[in-house]
Amino acid sequence: MEASRHWRLKQERYTLMGEICPHCKEKIFPPRDFCPACGEDARNLFQFSGRGEVYSFTTVYQAPAGYEENAPYTIALVRLEEGPMLTAQLTDMGDETVEIGMPVEMVTRRLRSDGERGMLVYGYKFRPQLARAISA
Amino acid sequence: MIAMEKKKKALSDIIIVGIGMTPVGEHWGKSIRELALDAITAARSDAAGLKPQAIFVANMLAPYLSGQTQLAALLADFAGLRGIEAVTLEAAGASGGIALRQAYLALASGLVDTALVVGVEKVTDRSSAELEAALSTASDADHEAVHGITSTAQAAILMRRYIYENNMPADALAYFSINAHTNAVTNPNAMYRRAIQIEDYTHASMVSEPVNMFDAAPIADGAAALFLVRDDGSPNMLPHPRVRIAASAAISTAVALHDRTDPLELYTSAESSKLTLQQAGLKHDDIDLFELHDQYSVYAALSLEAVGFAERGQGWRLALDGAISRSGRIPICTFGGSKARGDTGGATGVYQLAEATLQLQGRAGENQIANAKIAMVQCLGGTGATAATHILELVDGS
Ligand SMILES: [Zn+2]
Repeated sequence: MEASRHWRLKQERYTLMGEICPHCKEKIFPPRDFCPACGEDARNLFQFSGRGEVYSFTTVYQAPAGYEENAPYTIALVRLEEGPMLTAQLTDMGDETVEIGMPVEMVTRRLRSDGERGMLVYGYKFRPQLARAISA
Repeated sequence: MIAMEKKKKALSDIIIVGIGMTPVGEHWGKSIRELALDAITAARSDAAGLKPQAIFVANMLAPYLSGQTQLAALLADFAGLRGIEAVTLEAAGASGGIALRQAYLALASGLVDTALVVGVEKVTDRSSAELEAALSTASDADHEAVHGITSTAQAAILMRRYIYENNMPADALAYFSINAHTNAVTNPNAMYRRAIQIEDYTHASMVSEPVNMFDAAPIADGAAALFLVRDDGSPNMLPHPRVRIAASAAISTAVALHDRTDPLELYTSAESSKLTLQQAGLKHDDIDLFELHDQYSVYAALSLEAVGFAERGQGWRLALDGAISRSGRIPICTFGGSKARGDTGGATGVYQLAEATLQLQGRAGENQIANAKIAMVQCLGGTGATAATHILELVDGS
């Protein structure tokens, strides 16, 4: 049951597939069938680039059940370059210090493990943009 | 005809005639039903022993932490009220305000004459990881909770952005916590009855940067209740000065914080308070106290801005200037708020409403706001996806 729930979301979680509203051109993530901007039907797929910047962030020390093994972890609101915002963990930070406005890009990582049920959930996390790291 | 319409309107006043509250804390010896019973018994006794026709229960976590649904039926039966209408309302931290809203609608419809609103939460039976997981159900499960977000982390994300956008000192929110602790000293139901100083705040350990332990309310067990009647207009023997519900509104928006156009704008807080001011025909200056949502200090600042007591980005100054103190321009958290009274999840709103009622009835003891006649009470769920706002008013000459 939990497995099918996560399976249904794999396209958005693995590839950042969202939608674009045919009426007002709003880019929508996560996909939701009704455009939050104009309220009209919106089912046209749109592939997000996976690039964005950190809107704000913090560190979770006291993790919920299912996430304790990763704690502490950094979690952020990321503004995608196409407009929408999402919630995701930051990863592969190396020596970089997170700050508001930092350019980041999407990678696929394990989100959680469901203990005795043994189910792993994968999805998007964000890391510093590599091009930036190399040119720096 | 006009006179009759007017009379009919006056007749439909919904009055809070009794309140009950348990101390907030770790009630190891009490189950969820026993906690609720304490508050129900206190409220009924405060209402001169009236019997309710319906009970509206505010609760968020019983399905997760106590394995209990149909909580309202369970509590009605346990309180000796078997047979009455019983319903549970859930809207995370806004549950209390939403339960009052539903009781208000039932009473105003004329189909119910007397009602109990009971908020109860039992959280200390479980581990902190289980509690965090249960609390995170207030966020969007598929798009927020799955990434390991917690309510504390969401408040921290908002607080960091708030400080960043408004270019303010790092300890600018300290005075919300200091005010709450000052007000809790004389509240016998408060969890932390100790005043704190600015040094306590600046030296406090971090919970989730920049949220420190004085920015975050402790969550604990507690129950509170309100007894409501529809005023029949007859000269009656109500035990206390009459406090009427002058306005009631509830608004929802996107559950996920990231789905808001501007996360620092509490849309539901703004819209629901605007509706209540319109309904009651009141202005901001008419409000004598504002019991707001302060589970984390940043929400107090954002609420003051959303409702219109401060300009955008300036809510923190009301705390710094002392405007939120009991003798200030717009007192908040007059019994300590969630920060110092203690937060009780879905029951919190009922505490806020009971405390505001005591203020208007002149029964607030050492916490009394002088000449308090009108109170605004606002409950928020999660990061503000639900808001329920009420205006309570002391009835003239009662
Ligand atoms: Zn649209």
